[in-house]
Amino acid sequence: MTDTMIYTNNLTKSFGENLAVDRLSLSIPAGEVFGLLGPNGAGKTTTIRMLAALIAPTGGEARVAGFQIGQQDREVRKAVGILTENPGMYNQLSAERNLSFFAKLYEVADIPGQVERYLRMLGLWDRRHEAVGTFSKGMRQKLAIARALLHEPRVLYLDEPTSGLDPEASRIVRDFIAELRHEGRTIIICTHNLNEADRLCDRVAVFRSELLALDTPTNLRRQIFGRRVVFHLAEVTPALLDAVRAYGFVQQAEVLEDKLVVTLDDPEAQNPLLVTALVGAGAQVRFVGELRRSLEDVYLHLVNPQKEAN
Amino acid sequence: MEKIWEIVRKEWSEVFKNRLVLGSVIVMPLIFTLLPLGILYSMQGSADVEMAEAAADMPEHFQAVCEGLSALACSQYFILLQFLSLFLLMPTIIPVTIASYSIVGEKNTHTLEPVLATPITTLELLMGKALAGVIPALSITWLSYGIFVAGTAILAVDDGIFRAVLSPVWLLSIFGIGALLSVAGVSLSIMISSRVNDPRAAEQLSSLVVIPLIAIFMGQAMGLIQFDLGLVIWTTIGMIVLDTVLLYFAIQLFQRETILTRWK
Repeated sequence: MTDTMIYTNNLTKSFGENLAVDRLSLSIPAGEVFGLLGPNGAGKTTTIRMLAALIAPTGGEARVAGFQIGQQDREVRKAVGILTENPGMYNQLSAERNLSFFAKLYEVADIPGQVERYLRMLGLWDRRHEAVGTFSKGMRQKLAIARALLHEPRVLYLDEPTSGLDPEASRIVRDFIAELRHEGRTIIICTHNLNEADRLCDRVAVFRSELLALDTPTNLRRQIFGRRVVFHLAEVTPALLDAVRAYGFVQQAEVLEDKLVVTLDDPEAQNPLLVTALVGAGAQVRFVGELRRSLEDVYLHLVNPQKEAN
Repeated sequence: MEKIWEIVRKEWSEVFKNRLVLGSVIVMPLIFTLLPLGILYSMQGSADVEMAEAAADMPEHFQAVCEGLSALACSQYFILLQFLSLFLLMPTIIPVTIASYSIVGEKNTHTLEPVLATPITTLELLMGKALAGVIPALSITWLSYGIFVAGTAILAVDDGIFRAVLSPVWLLSIFGIGALLSVAGVSLSIMISSRVNDPRAAEQLSSLVVIPLIAIFMGQAMGLIQFDLGLVIWTTIGMIVLDTVLLYFAIQLFQRETILTRWK
């Protein structure tokens, strides 16, 4: 059984009248990459800050790496690394000095060794003596990720890790996150980049003050939109549509852009039957594939269901 | 303690690259040290008759301080005593400037959140910030005072003046009240920086701490306030109480959550 690294039970945070996080209950196992998705002001950063023992919850409870938030905050801070939304650096100081300062605060035993390790890993070693103020945004972001990892935290919070980065820098950061996943760290990513969340996260939570949905991206797609199979045929005729609709397991069949789109619950078992039926009815089947809905579709459906329905 | 010194070292390597901070740490002490010595030097050629007339114009209660001094020496000492309150400006202004820049600077560069995310305690962080301001302020003040005393030994017309600037009034003021003013200045800066939303307002409000000292300087020049041992001892006691209160509130008001969520 996998250890639970992050556990929250009805975690709540309000600022006066404003309810930022409403009874959030999560259980995230060790080694999982977990995406926290939601619109601006949804409470993602507030949640991260609570789980990093930076701000105190106003209700509920949370444990991170086995330590109770609100009672063992120093232990929590030692166990987690955080990349904040605005990852500030001391601009006048060199990259090396920035990291060695934070390494000291994190009580790292081998400061020069750890600083060198992460500067090399993120390709900043050659520029370690340069003032951070001269760095590009991508380099600063990489340095901030290095800072979050200096003390080898078991849990890593990444708030908008690729925000404002060019595609190349984004790719480097994403690849690095993927490497961290292989090291077995538990990672929570807050992001507006849904494509990134889809690629990196084992599970995602769609969140707007309260939890709207939580599952793997694939399962969320299936739960909301079902599984849709697209048949590329030489020609779609009403007779072919009827041949498909004759099967009871077909939930929906329609013609979209000259293709036959069928909603099924178990395409692996049902596709061969449909292909046989179509060929038998005289169709030329050129290609069969699954019509994937993007995580963005899932997100928009959950966050703004009325607009999506319209 | 290691974390506190790390904060201090980091602050110094950052803030002393700031021209405003450098200016307050170098220029002000230079002026406050060299100006009285320059005046002493210029008075050396003055006629004793002229000085006797000047001494007669001094506040009545000051005459007692001049007992045993010549008219010229009395005039010289009167001038030097005016600079005592200015010497106290140094340990007040320097840490206020450093502490304001330090905390507000953290806000401007978005570095406070990563710092607060480390296992550092609020007390360690505040101690580091406070010492980063207080140590250079006191070092500079005491160095300036040393230069001032050495200059007085050379330029004063009477040994009595040299002894006077090393009297308990001066020593307790410079080493006692000076240190306490530093702590008060830093505490006030932390309190203000922690509570206001606008970092610029923090700097401006913190600088108001010098107003009482300027009032003392004016009162002294107008003969309303006389620096004697009694006043200095009572001021020291009052400052100890004030520092205790200010430090307590500075720590109480420096709420991690408030700083993270209020400062936009």
